[in-house]
Amino acid sequence: MGKTLFDKIWDSHVVKHIPDGPDVLYIDRHLVHEVTSPQAFSALKARGLKVFRPERTFATCDHNVPTLDQDKPIADESSRKAVDSLAANTAENGITYFPLGDPGNGIVHVIGPEQGIVLCGQTVVCGDSHTATHGAFGNIAFGIGTSEVEMVLATQCLLQSKPKQARITVDGRLAANVTPKDVILHIISRLGTDGCTGCFVEYAGEVFRDMSMEGRMTVCNMSIEMGAKGGMVAPDRTTFEYIEGRRFAPSGAAFDDKTAFWLTLKTDEDAVFDREYHFDAADIRPMVTYGTNPGMGVAVDGVIPSEAVGCDAVTFDKALAYMDFSKGEPMSGKKVDYVFVGSCTNGRIEDFRAFAKAVGGRRKAEDVTVWLVPGSKEVEAKIEAEGIGDALRAAGFQIRQPGCSACLAMNADKIPAGKYAVSTSNRNFEGRQGYGARTILAGPLVAAEAAVTGRIGIPSEIH
Amino acid sequence: MDKINIIESPAVLVPVDNIDTDQIIPARFLKTTSREGFGEKLFYDWRFKSDGSPVAENPLSGQKGVILVAGNNFGCGSSREHAAWALHDAGFRAVVSSSFADIFRNNALNNCLLPVKVSEEYLAAVTAVLKSAPETVICIDLGAQTISVPGAGDASFEINGYKKECLMNGYSDIDYLLADRKSILDYESRHVM
Repeated sequence: MGKTLFDKIWDSHVVKHIPDGPDVLYIDRHLVHEVTSPQAFSALKARGLKVFRPERTFATCDHNVPTLDQDKPIADESSRKAVDSLAANTAENGITYFPLGDPGNGIVHVIGPEQGIVLCGQTVVCGDSHTATHGAFGNIAFGIGTSEVEMVLATQCLLQSKPKQARITVDGRLAANVTPKDVILHIISRLGTDGCTGCFVEYAGEVFRDMSMEGRMTVCNMSIEMGAKGGMVAPDRTTFEYIEGRRFAPSGAAFDDKTAFWLTLKTDEDAVFDREYHFDAADIRPMVTYGTNPGMGVAVDGVIPSEAVGCDAVTFDKALAYMDFSKGEPMSGKKVDYVFVGSCTNGRIEDFRAFAKAVGGRRKAEDVTVWLVPGSKEVEAKIEAEGIGDALRAAGFQIRQPGCSACLAMNADKIPAGKYAVSTSNRNFEGRQGYGARTILAGPLVAAEAAVTGRIGIPSEIH
Repeated sequence: MDKINIIESPAVLVPVDNIDTDQIIPARFLKTTSREGFGEKLFYDWRFKSDGSPVAENPLSGQKGVILVAGNNFGCGSSREHAAWALHDAGFRAVVSSSFADIFRNNALNNCLLPVKVSEEYLAAVTAVLKSAPETVICIDLGAQTISVPGAGDASFEINGYKKECLMNGYSDIDYLLADRKSILDYESRHVM
């Protein structure tokens, strides 16, 4: 029987197998941020240990950082302490760190690929569930807890049981107003928020083959939102073109050798998955969520289901009550107070290009607050270099500075209680974007429509 | 690490599906660099209003016990281990559900908090018993891998032999890895890095 892409990478990273237990898995890349690492560094220190392989570890601050006035000290004391603690821990252990304001700084899952830290065929972990993003390059990438961060810092290994495997195939061609975000929101709405729990997913088919690396990252990023341990796309020429020339990526003959190997990283034709799912691109419309988990999604021109989907009736009613929505209501035309474009899901240059193009010659709606937050310094620089910043400022928008921002509202970017936010981020959980905030997840085109009309609506086709 | 063998206690019933780790511990409490004190922040936004006053009728009010019985897909969302720390710090030693998110499950196991996965039917039966008789004492026996609930009967649950041994003896994964440095160095020398 053939092997899957996942099998090939997993098997080549098994240090040893524990009978009736997990595998000891070697980790190629460890990404670190300030929220989930301090307790791991202190525990390591308490054991009298240093980081085992600091050259495999890279760190950035992103969750606690303000998105204005980054040249000044962080005003919030506990946030400042968390960031200072990361700077001290990385310096003490010889870990490459991208501090606030550094040209390499940004959201951990944006800068990993951008700096060429994350390549293909690797095991990649981070104390962050959206580590799944890096599967876009054909990696086994998954989020871990702080105890596991400590294990990787101490030994470059983790104890992991091999998960089940699922393949999600989407064939056909997407309509011009359908983005990668709509694809993944569509899939999660069909499979449910726990549809792939215990599984690692491979995305296959025409739609993903035709997708840019930014798009593949958006899709893989949200694999966790259907419970999957991670999601991956087989590497191809699109992948190699993205990687070539990046700061930490191999170059010259070394790069050519690598690509020759990376081309072998694909699922064998006779490989068997535990589960297979098929979708048709023609069925995918621009999407929004209506509830309090990412599985509660419908097409923008659809209606809120009239009975519970993906949970029991009590949980479903609780979600609609929180959102102040009713069963059977259309989503189109609903009033929006805030728009947030950014996050590790949709904070890349392609997202800002799409947003700007969809805004077209229109102006920001007066009564909508719009936060445009680049995923990294590099994205910020491109926004300016490409003239997107000027065009958007002329249309009444403001570009903020990079960070996780309103995705989880750990900094000052909080959506007020009761307000509706169209957000290009990944989670619409109760209180995620601020106490009582009501999140409607969407892609950058639906976000642009909301930003200029103040309503949920079908975006125009962008060519 | 603590040890687990037999856990016998009344349960705290929170029959809500898809409880994510943002509910268990909201992100704004994750700024601290220590592991301590998260118990008081457990399910904070369900227990307190934005002005800090308590919510009278919240899912935890009036319930006591070290076993949490929750709806399907417990612990989904963010990888924050603070969720497991908060539950453990608040006194919980086991969570019973019909499904656990993968990262939460690992975090729980690494913190001596036992995830007990049962069938949807059994969970429904336990939930019904606890609704009519909230004082019911549940017994979870890790050695036998069984859960017993008077009125709902017994069920068995899965856990791999390695993890079971860790929990019953207070061993941790990091100690295992540190003790086997040789295998790791061998692996590194066998692979072009």
